[in-house]
Amino acid sequence: MDHQPPPFFKRGPAPLARLSFYATLSLALLFFDSRFQTLELLRQGVSLFTHPVQQVAHAPVDFFQNAGNYFSSISRFQDENARLKRAQLDGADALLRTRQLEAENDRLRKLLDLKGRQKANGRVTQVLYAARDPFSRRVIVDKGQQDQIVAGQPVVDDAGVVGQVTRVFPFVSEITLITDKDQAVPVQIVRNGLRSVVFGLGDGQLELRFMPANADVQNGDLLVTSGLDGIFLAGLPVAKVVHIERDTSYSFARIYCVPVAGVENFGEVLVLDPRETTPLPAQLTNEAAAASAKASAKLGAKKKLPKRE
Amino acid sequence: MQPTFSSSRILQPVRPWFILFSLLVALVLNFLPTSAWPWMPDWVALIIVFWSIREPRHVGMGSGFILGLAMDVADASLMGQHALAYVLASYIASSLSRRILWFPLGQQAVHTLPLLLMVQLVQLGVRAMPGFVFPGLSYFIGPFIGALLWVPLTFVLLLPQFQPVDRDANRPI
Repeated sequence: MDHQPPPFFKRGPAPLARLSFYATLSLALLFFDSRFQTLELLRQGVSLFTHPVQQVAHAPVDFFQNAGNYFSSISRFQDENARLKRAQLDGADALLRTRQLEAENDRLRKLLDLKGRQKANGRVTQVLYAARDPFSRRVIVDKGQQDQIVAGQPVVDDAGVVGQVTRVFPFVSEITLITDKDQAVPVQIVRNGLRSVVFGLGDGQLELRFMPANADVQNGDLLVTSGLDGIFLAGLPVAKVVHIERDTSYSFARIYCVPVAGVENFGEVLVLDPRETTPLPAQLTNEAAAASAKASAKLGAKKKLPKRE
Repeated sequence: MQPTFSSSRILQPVRPWFILFSLLVALVLNFLPTSAWPWMPDWVALIIVFWSIREPRHVGMGSGFILGLAMDVADASLMGQHALAYVLASYIASSLSRRILWFPLGQQAVHTLPLLLMVQLVQLGVRAMPGFVFPGLSYFIGPFIGALLWVPLTFVLLLPQFQPVDRDANRPI
């Protein structure tokens, strides 16, 4: 019976072993997060720890902002109040007329047996902060799962589309702005009804891609959502065309736009309710069902074949 | 352990709660809404590098990984982006710690600069995989400011260890 010497300087596994373990783990996380988006549960779990720390970090900032508001002069508020009253009065005639037009539109749609338009309802949320990540354009707002926010809801401000809810945490949710790299919004040109998709460039601008070089697009054209995606309601203003490059050596024109909404100004935004899903026409669903039945029958036949042999 | 090799002052052993506290403070500093100032140093990276050099047996890749995950979630970046960068920085810092501590403080700061730059470069590389977006040169100013902060940071974080040991009348020395 001989005794092992006690481990005097116990240091665990070798550093290189630990490095390869943690590096592999991070790479696996990276891979799964960027390819499959299956780590939302882990994200929500970690956010339960980070959320209170973030609140602690934001408390002094909020305090100083509130203090600044408190001491700002009363004349500024009076000015603002007068301006808002004037704006309300300016918009009053349009609003009254819109109500009447909406009622008329409803009646006409009923007469024509068309489906009624969905009303835009939503809830006001406060933008808490912009994500610190310099590679993406995202903001965090103060409503989450507790307020029945779900991923995919469109977000607008008083002028137009701001972005889309992409992740929902228990108390906050994350909005990807339309200016984020490759964030797509299906749009329509108001002037001629031309449909396209507008992509974020990541530098505060948007680009209208895959438009032929001779497409009828002009500087100053207003783009509104086309509603074909089933997510955004049709007719919400998105962007304005500011610059067009038509180079005949490329098959597509390069069309740059700027967002209409104050996408990068952080204040309050409206998270619109998810759009009602429109069922496909009966004929289409039947065809799809038949096709899938055929495919599964084929698959079954293929599986059976080796057994017979 | 001494602040540097040339110093004759012997420090008290570090208290684990102070390490934890400093890491938490770094996390809070990183969570401040400073997205408008891209030149802000990455405080968590700085503190992890600091403790990996001073106390490689207390703070290492494990803490780097956990704090990295917290940063990933809070920053809405890809899961594992900060974690990978912090783990690599912590590994290099802890394996170089014996060497770096021989230098005076100014030269220690110069040693930390490539480490902090690597943290940013790793994240840039990770983000370049799905589609390259260059965040601007100001993204690389943070590490330089972090290296400049090394000397004051060393004094602040070693302050609890500078306290004199309780005097004992019966002790011979």
